[in-house]
Amino acid sequence: MGDKNVLRFTLNGRQVEVLAEPRELLVHVLREQLGQTGTHIGCETSHCGACTVDLNGESVKSCTVLGVQAEGAEIITVEGLAKDGKLHPVQEGFMQEHALQCGFCTPGIMVRAFRFLNENPDPSDEEIRLGVSGNLCRCTGYQNIVKAVRYAANKLKAARAQA
Amino acid sequence: MDAASAAETLNKDHLMGIGNARKRKEDPRFIQGKGRYIDDIKLPDMLFAKMVRSPHGHARIKSINTQKALGLPGVHAVLTANDLKPLKLHWMPTLAGDVQAVLADEKVCFMGQEVAMVVADDRYIAADAADLVEVEYEELPVIVDPHKALLPDAPVIREDLAGKSEGAHGKRTHHNHIFTWEVGDREAADRVFGQAAVTVKETMTYQRVHPSPLETCGCVASFDKVKGELTVYLTSQAPHVVRTVVAMLSGIPESSVHVISPDIGGGFGNKVGVYPGYVVAIVASIVLGRPVKWVEERIENLSTTAFARDYHMTGELAADRNGRIKALRVHVLADHGAFDACADPSKWPAGFFSICTGSYDIPAAYARVDGIYTNKAPGGVAYRCSFRVTEASYVIERMVDVLAQKLDLDKAEVRLRNFIRPEQFPYRSSLGWEYDSGNYPAALQKVLTAVDYSGLRREQAEKRARGELMGIGLSTFTEVVGAGPRKTCDILGIAMFDSCEIRIHPTGAAIARFGTKSQGQAHETTYAQILATEIGIPSDVIQIEEGDTDTAPYGLGTYGSRSTPTGGAAAALAGRKIREKARKIAAHLLEVSAEDLEWQGDRFQVKGVPDQAKTMKEIAWAAYNNLPEGMEPGLEAVEYYDPPNLTFPFGAYLCVVDIDRHTGEPKVRRFYALDDCGTRINPMVIEGQIHGGLAEAFAVAMGQELVYDDSGTLQGASFMDYFVPTAVETPYWETDYTVTPSPHHPIGAKGVAESPHVGGVSAFSNAVIDAFAHLGVTHLSMPYTPWRLWQKIHDLGLDKRSG
Ligand code: FES
Ligand code: FES
Repeated sequence: MGDKNVLRFTLNGRQVEVLAEPRELLVHVLREQLGQTGTHIGCETSHCGACTVDLNGESVKSCTVLGVQAEGAEIITVEGLAKDGKLHPVQEGFMQEHALQCGFCTPGIMVRAFRFLNENPDPSDEEIRLGVSGNLCRCTGYQNIVKAVRYAANKLKAARAQA
Repeated sequence: MDAASAAETLNKDHLMGIGNARKRKEDPRFIQGKGRYIDDIKLPDMLFAKMVRSPHGHARIKSINTQKALGLPGVHAVLTANDLKPLKLHWMPTLAGDVQAVLADEKVCFMGQEVAMVVADDRYIAADAADLVEVEYEELPVIVDPHKALLPDAPVIREDLAGKSEGAHGKRTHHNHIFTWEVGDREAADRVFGQAAVTVKETMTYQRVHPSPLETCGCVASFDKVKGELTVYLTSQAPHVVRTVVAMLSGIPESSVHVISPDIGGGFGNKVGVYPGYVVAIVASIVLGRPVKWVEERIENLSTTAFARDYHMTGELAADRNGRIKALRVHVLADHGAFDACADPSKWPAGFFSICTGSYDIPAAYARVDGIYTNKAPGGVAYRCSFRVTEASYVIERMVDVLAQKLDLDKAEVRLRNFIRPEQFPYRSSLGWEYDSGNYPAALQKVLTAVDYSGLRREQAEKRARGELMGIGLSTFTEVVGAGPRKTCDILGIAMFDSCEIRIHPTGAAIARFGTKSQGQAHETTYAQILATEIGIPSDVIQIEEGDTDTAPYGLGTYGSRSTPTGGAAAALAGRKIREKARKIAAHLLEVSAEDLEWQGDRFQVKGVPDQAKTMKEIAWAAYNNLPEGMEPGLEAVEYYDPPNLTFPFGAYLCVVDIDRHTGEPKVRRFYALDDCGTRINPMVIEGQIHGGLAEAFAVAMGQELVYDDSGTLQGASFMDYFVPTAVETPYWETDYTVTPSPHHPIGAKGVAESPHVGGVSAFSNAVIDAFAHLGVTHLSMPYTPWRLWQKIHDLGLDKRSG
């Protein structure tokens, strides 16, 4: 156990301040201190990706990051994907293409897909599969997840063309 | 538009009823991080629990010292068996008629067994304190191999059963023997074998695996000392049964026990049983008067709760020279681990294993299953299948291939020669099932045409000539799902029916509650579709609820593909009760007799007079203000459905695999899955279930295995070692269907979500083995890791050839 420190970072565009022990994992800070329970926990070996969040523009597994490492960071979680009451194209794609069943992996995979499409806006199916391979899903067999990411890619492409 | 297509448009497009690929009602909350799973539940003053577990496979507990742990600031309690004894809760009944130690009582019988529970302010302190609990063990000899467990001098695993020669399922013949279950006519089968022109025999192990849903098991128990009420949130596929068990064990009236299953992050059979962690968390909450949360870690999940399979099978077929099967014999050594914590209907110690005659008309059959204790984790659950149906399907689908190889016949041809013919339904199998409906030849033919089967076989011949390894695997399986009926199936004495209760509100919107519990199968979406079609109100205004035992009608839960066969049937019949009352109200409103009305999908109309009609919306309003004399107000119905029989979904799968003969790496090139689940409620959801089940079948066949070494240590129980495929390894799926409705189900539907797992595993297995068939190989054990395949390749000398 250690003393608690004040920790400040930006969560989904909002400044937050929490007290956290040095050993506390970011995923617990988010879920338990900040009540943002959309980010899930599925393992303790950094394999499942249910805990994936976006930290300073990179996908990270928040079970493998200490809360204190997030000091001053910009974090996006599933709760921050929709903007102004409008779903992000990735969220829309997941619903339209039936890319979720129990929904437990879904926040992590969507947050990863959101970053992945920034890294690779026009991916092949194979690249999508590789792009989300840090996230496990036990329900869907992945095929519809690939379709959902493709749906989002197309939608984002169309939006860029309009802009 | 003719009348039929108008009705179709109304049902599918307007009401979004049966047949509509409606988007899921569950999705908006899940895609916005607003699901509410067990670990999301946070109650005021809540404490966290952590299990202390045995590091040994078999050992006597000499002492447990909790002083250091209790001295850690923030620790509230450390519970051991001694604390549970005064409450008589240190042992609990299992669903299989055995007992299981809640916390180890003097000895541990498997690695990971629950020894003590620490309760602390937060999960970090609980973990620290668990490390401080000092347990002194004296190691005992370990048995992990079921073949050795029945040797006369094998170590005694269950000392608590000393002197008990009678188990829940008959005589016990050895201290590590649980039961022997026999079905069929042994003598008749033996006679056929004695005279048969051809016989084949193969031994095969269906390895120990784990369902491993992405969310582990957990609970939050909250005892209110003032009211004497216990609320338990837990990851249960069967919350009502849990409520009854908790009431029976705790002595708290069942009306004061509130069990709630919130959103569940996948179950696949892992979340049927009642686990020690739940029980101790409940006790801790009662003792401490505060809410207690216990959530498994992944390693605990894989190593302690609910393994599946571990069936060691010998299959035999007798046939004539044309490949017509005359008899089947199967023997199974079933490794149940240290406690028989199988989750089967009570009278079925080997589940529905007797479906092992599969899709084939086999005149004589005999099967015997011997249940055995070993020093491994307890269980034997149905991992994405109806009870032991995957094992049964595996043995017959493998044996048909073995027979085809022996006779040098095509594997599809042998199947076609032996199928139960469409005109034989309803068909009574030699092991006692009455198959409801099927058309197996049509299903297989459709697949063979779609993939150009003969073209594939030609390609395979060419590849073989070049020394390449290509396999074509077929699986033409039949499942048995949807338990009850009540007269044969129960859980702890509670009959296996299921239920639906529906209320239509004055505005024509509705709420319906069920005794089942979705873990991702989209019940909120599909049950509403059944009701929309039956009642004629749009599925969008029908709210579906499950999981809260205070509000939902009693039901047996969701597993064994029973939701559509039982809950879906209950929905349809409850809907019809609503419609009958609605007819009377409509007659009253239209001032005609009820017989003069006809149902038009969403309204009652005076026969032949379209403008004389009342819609369900109008009728709903009238149900609350303008009723016939003497009728009670409201529009509600409840149905407890006891199915007359199970349903028998089937399918034909084909898998093409290429195996690299230098690395042993298998690559699934093609997987074509045709399913027949009778009437299709939501094609999108069905397809999703098929994809998911196939992916889990792929995982089992290609990599999953829980391996114990001789000291009883589980070799790798994390996602590091236990294979869960990513999107990269997972093949691309092609799906197809035929529709053969169930004659006894109110809407003709059968279960579907487990078919792909049941049929998938044997398709992968048959494909891999087929790649070696021309070299005389008749069987290879799963899982087909590259290493294992390479060893076979190397033994056969295939990797040495040039090219
Ligand atoms: S919780 Fe599994 S990777 Fe973080
Ligand atoms: S939807 Fe259940 S784990 Fe992915």
